[in-house]
Amino acid sequence: MAKTLPKTDVVIVGVGWGGGIIASELTKQGLNVVGLERGKERKTEDYYMVHDELRYALRYELMQDLSKETITFRSNEKIRALPMRQYGSFLLGDGLGGAGVHWNGQTYRFLPYDFEIRSKTIERYGKNKIPAEMTIQDWGITYDELEPYFDKFEKTTGISGEENPYGGKRSSPYPTPPMKKSPAITMFQEATTRLKLKPYMMPSANLSQDYTNPDGISRAACQYCGYCERFGCEYGAKADPVVTVIPVANKTGKFEIRTHSNVRRVLHKGGKATGVMYTDVTTGEDIVQPADIVVLTSYVFNNVRLLLMSGIGKPYDPSKGTGAIGRNYAYQVIKGSAAGFFEKQEFNTFAGAGALGVSIDDYNGDNFDHSDLKFIHGGVISLSQTGARPIQNNTTPSGTPSWGADFKAKSVYYANRTLAVGTQGSSMAYKHHFLDLDPTYKDAFGDPLIRITFDFEDQDREMAKFLAEKCSGILKEMGADKIDYLKELGPYEIMSYQSTHNTGGVIMGASPADSATNNYCQMWDAENVFVMGASSFPQNAGYNPTATVGALAYRAAEGIMKYREKGGMLV
Amino acid sequence: MVENDQQKTAGRKTVDGSSRRRFLVNSGYALGGLVVGGALGTLIKPKTTEQTAPDKTNGEQAATPKNYNQALMFFTQEQFQIAESAMERIFPEDDTGPGATSLGVAFFLDHQLAGEWGFNSRDYMSPPFFAGEKEQGYQGRLKRREIFEIGLRELENYSQQQYQSRFVKLTPEQQDEVLKAFEADTVKLTTISAGSFFKMLRSSTLEGAYSDPLYGGNANMSGWKMRNYPGSQMSYLDAIDKDFTKIEPSSLQDHLAMN
Repeated sequence: MAKTLPKTDVVIVGVGWGGGIIASELTKQGLNVVGLERGKERKTEDYYMVHDELRYALRYELMQDLSKETITFRSNEKIRALPMRQYGSFLLGDGLGGAGVHWNGQTYRFLPYDFEIRSKTIERYGKNKIPAEMTIQDWGITYDELEPYFDKFEKTTGISGEENPYGGKRSSPYPTPPMKKSPAITMFQEATTRLKLKPYMMPSANLSQDYTNPDGISRAACQYCGYCERFGCEYGAKADPVVTVIPVANKTGKFEIRTHSNVRRVLHKGGKATGVMYTDVTTGEDIVQPADIVVLTSYVFNNVRLLLMSGIGKPYDPSKGTGAIGRNYAYQVIKGSAAGFFEKQEFNTFAGAGALGVSIDDYNGDNFDHSDLKFIHGGVISLSQTGARPIQNNTTPSGTPSWGADFKAKSVYYANRTLAVGTQGSSMAYKHHFLDLDPTYKDAFGDPLIRITFDFEDQDREMAKFLAEKCSGILKEMGADKIDYLKELGPYEIMSYQSTHNTGGVIMGASPADSATNNYCQMWDAENVFVMGASSFPQNAGYNPTATVGALAYRAAEGIMKYREKGGMLV
Repeated sequence: MVENDQQKTAGRKTVDGSSRRRFLVNSGYALGGLVVGGALGTLIKPKTTEQTAPDKTNGEQAATPKNYNQALMFFTQEQFQIAESAMERIFPEDDTGPGATSLGVAFFLDHQLAGEWGFNSRDYMSPPFFAGEKEQGYQGRLKRREIFEIGLRELENYSQQQYQSRFVKLTPEQQDEVLKAFEADTVKLTTISAGSFFKMLRSSTLEGAYSDPLYGGNANMSGWKMRNYPGSQMSYLDAIDKDFTKIEPSSLQDHLAMN
């Protein structure tokens, strides 16, 4: 029999960006919030020895322990899903701050087109442009409605940047100026300008200068040390939940974080949640935390898994296309990229920051004509200088053997002579891409793992090829002596790292018929349950997702306060 | 407690120094040629690793302190030598700089296999096991340390089969042929995939060459120096917007010592 604790106003499941933002906003307004985090406490002092590529990048120091819980994967419904036994395609965060600790900090606002993709695509190209199996949807909210929340997230985190020439209207400029320009960035800017494209500095959560945010939190400027993605920041220069929103919540005295607390069920009665059941992983004890409002802010997979295991919402049925939980799983198509080799010049590519870079949006969203193309959407194209750490960066021109004397000579020679131009290709939703509970494999508690059914489609293959050619063209204009680029996108595979931009499964929308939540992240089927994160995205855009995750969380916080006052469905 | 510590220290002293041969004799091993199997044969081989230990460039060889990290936690001597020879072919010493052997890469691998990586402690190793599609990744039940034990033994078997010689005795060209056969999966093994084993050997070589020296490879940061990688630096504020700049590398130990 599980121990039952006194009731709280709000319980949060997972304390990363979503949980941290909800906690700071609600506690500032006087609510009592309990944050349940299954991982451990994290702080800036933990990163004293962080410049360790082996430990953090290759041995996944900051990531979830897969021996306790992983996902299963299959390309389609005909084959047996098998567990992802080792890390590959994406990296699941763990501990306080979640995946918000090990990110790069590339903080783009999605385009206005992204939020109304179905309507706008039909409007411009007609209904037949969208294949029958492609289940893309409007979000039930427009860019303009979400703008104030983007603005708020950027101010909290101190984003360094300059206006995107293709971006939606902004209510204020970026809080801090763009980051420093490396010679490679300048080369990209000049080359793309000559190609009549519109470069702009990548919006960065690695601060370009010291910054104090509206909550009074001060952080120091980035030192370009070259250890961002997969690492924590030893300066607190990279915005993460631990150095921005969590301290604000803590200061109110109304936020109680319980680490090592793994939530396993959302408890409910009569269409409303009553609280959550979690296991204290240090003692093995099951504990019930009653609450008026339950907020799921864990990663995409666990949000979906918890709802399915708890029996909240209607599970998605791919044969009929009905139900909502698990629907529209999407990803990011990042393989459409190019590498350029420069004989006459070496670069300081050992230095960098996760979001130090320069981008163009000329081939993103619907910023270019798709009439004669066999795909919709596209992706941002960037040159990013994140720090070329030596174990993971041994790119050699095609035709070079992968080991031996020739490999060694070339990998050493090109170590500082290689620049990559890459993309965050968008990922559309399909009827047969979804998440559900695996019938066979279990986690450490005996609960089912989440199962991914996903593969790349013609849309992805066409888009990746198109974007790779554009990347290659830019490198040519930059003066690369040799260029390698993707010629053909193979099937999706789980082994090689691609992107931790998994989306969907608890999507938002205008109607309960084809979505799980309204545009406040409030569940249609349980009014006091709010679910947020990239799980809200009906499909994925051609950008990194975090700014949109942050904006949705600020909007959800507002919704929760409204719900607290009036009750009922907010939309 | 005190006694135990003293015993440990004393024990270390006897193994240390050049009393290896005497130790073997005293232990009752027959050196007369009767029972000398692979293990013993390799045990009394001259110690190549110590001689090729890096940092003898400035003529201070005698002053170079012993590297007590260079001993084996997991491999047998024979496994170690096969691994070291194979890794040297993957990353050979040449005009660009030191190879896997003098960087200490095989010690790195030995130490890694002895720990949680070797045991796949943070991987999902729960049953049931099924052969999957190649897009689904590794689905075996063997741990990395087991895969290496099998893989190294099979390198040896294949060398015997093809050349009637031990892998470590083959010419570099022959060793390359053996490794190529593994890489291309033309060697058919029953329990592991030769190609996947080769991939692990290759990635471990790069890890050992370029990880912080604290793990036993990248001796004296020579791997980093070779490619002008500055290691762990606290700030590139002055370098980031400049043309290529060569910066003397520093390691995590330097960082610890500084503070």
